[in-house]
Amino acid sequence: METIAIPAVNLAAIMPETVLSVVGMILLLINVFLPTEKKAYLGYLSLIGIAVSLFYTMNGWGTPQEGFNGSVLLDNFSHFFNVIFLLCSALTILIADQYVQREECNHGELYPLILFATTGMMFMASGTDLMTIFLGLEVLSIALYILAGFARNNVKSNEAGLKYFLLGAFSTCFLLYGMALTYGATGTTKIAGIAQFIAQNSILSKNPILLVGMLLMAVGFSFKIAAAPFHMWTPDVYEGAPTPITAFMSAGPKAAGFAAFLRVFLVALPMFKAEWTSLLWALAVLTMTFGNITAIYQNNIKRMLAYSSIAHAGYALVGFVAANEVGVAGILFYLLSYTFMNLGAFAIIILVGKKGEPNNNVSDYAGLSVKHPALALAMSVFLFSLMGIPPTAGFVGKFYLFSGAIKSGYIWLAIIGVLNSAASVYYYLRVMVFMYMKAPEEDFAWLKVTPAFFVTVVIAIAGVLVLGVAPQYFLKLAQIAVMI
Amino acid sequence: MLGAYLPIIVLVIVAALFGLVSVVMSSIIGQKKPSPVKLQPYECGCEPVGSARERFSIKFYLIAMLFILFDIECVFLYPWAVLYKRLGLFGLAEMGLFIVILFVGYIYVWKKGALEWE
Repeated sequence: METIAIPAVNLAAIMPETVLSVVGMILLLINVFLPTEKKAYLGYLSLIGIAVSLFYTMNGWGTPQEGFNGSVLLDNFSHFFNVIFLLCSALTILIADQYVQREECNHGELYPLILFATTGMMFMASGTDLMTIFLGLEVLSIALYILAGFARNNVKSNEAGLKYFLLGAFSTCFLLYGMALTYGATGTTKIAGIAQFIAQNSILSKNPILLVGMLLMAVGFSFKIAAAPFHMWTPDVYEGAPTPITAFMSAGPKAAGFAAFLRVFLVALPMFKAEWTSLLWALAVLTMTFGNITAIYQNNIKRMLAYSSIAHAGYALVGFVAANEVGVAGILFYLLSYTFMNLGAFAIIILVGKKGEPNNNVSDYAGLSVKHPALALAMSVFLFSLMGIPPTAGFVGKFYLFSGAIKSGYIWLAIIGVLNSAASVYYYLRVMVFMYMKAPEEDFAWLKVTPAFFVTVVIAIAGVLVLGVAPQYFLKLAQIAVMI
Repeated sequence: MLGAYLPIIVLVIVAALFGLVSVVMSSIIGQKKPSPVKLQPYECGCEPVGSARERFSIKFYLIAMLFILFDIECVFLYPWAVLYKRLGLFGLAEMGLFIVILFVGYIYVWKKGALEWE
């Protein structure tokens, strides 16, 4: 009997993911032998894993690696996103330890789950086959469902986990059905193959099956990036999930959703650009407007940041509609800066929150500047960046997104974006009014700035300011990355 | 091309008719002698004991889930065993990796006490 020909494997193409998943499994094994009070060691070990993975990512910049018969491509695009994911999970792990001790949910599974979720995100960014992207999405989602319900003795967290699971599974169906129809119309699941097939059979380009497939995939991805009208799960899940996980979910998986969304639509379906830009135009306007207007009414700060994260997905969609080099590079740059500012803001929310998180209201921040001026200042930097005020990263990111839209002729979209951005100033400033202009009502009992928190906040502030003051270098990297 | 579906359509129609006709005819010409006993759920002929909507111990779900996980392992092992020679060393390495990953999970559930019934 003849041996079956084995496709070229090329482990180099999946090295960052392999490192993370192996470290995750080792941590899972160490975890069952560790007593509860020593679980923090797992956090440090996972940081080592992330560092090694980051080394492989950085090392591979500029040398694309293709593997597994063209279903994985580790190019600059995925490298850029991998850095966002690794940064996001590293900062989450840094702020998670003290939180899980306070909330008495110090289960060691937290760290492996974050690593597995990051592995899934990386596969979403580097997958060049619809199946790889789907597998990455599942690895990410299943880990996230558990993480959202991680505080087992907190009813809200349980609710968040279940809601996220039900709606996430539902949205995955849309995505998978879209992929199936696309496969049915083109006969391949390879992204490059789909593009080639459509280009060669131009008569097919108005094939309704292909159009419906594209539409369903857009719905599935919109669920993941929480674009209106597919955002309904976001506020409840973000509010109920443990705060470090909320921070993680609002930055990493959103970026992963964008990575897969961008690659599928820009590489596989450029022939349908006219169709999907008009679709995304509507989505972007809806998402920005809905997110900002609803955020104004929120008193719970986690819920407010949930709606704000919906609005930020809308800004990023503006760059997607533009679909030119400036706009798409702007998305990458914006997601990177959003990771810094959002994780920084959530780190401070964890510090100010009380055990069990009874309210987390904006009014809890009254007088923070009197008691803890440094924290209030740090929070202000993050809020300024979320508003998009120079010289912070948020301003530069929005600038590139909107100028990309103008370059492609979407003047009205840019105007709506700027107006929305102006409206958002209200609810961010409200937090600052409480911090600086109101007298403190009670003590901030649970406040203890550990070295890990200090490092996180410093990294986040440094990121926000460096990206804001000297964006050229990073924008250049983003522009190289989007040449896919 | 659609002609190929004709037998299926005929079968669907016949099946639907069969169901409809039996229900309708039995309700028209059948005898009706209602009694409270007939409304009770059938439980092997015995008298029903308690409600059917009991809550089961979570242990059953855990065991069922673990069973499925390791059952899937066997599902993958069979085709590999059939093509063992043709897959060669590569297949052996891949399956070894697969089993190692599952083994990590096995140690995890074991140490967590998921396999203990009490």
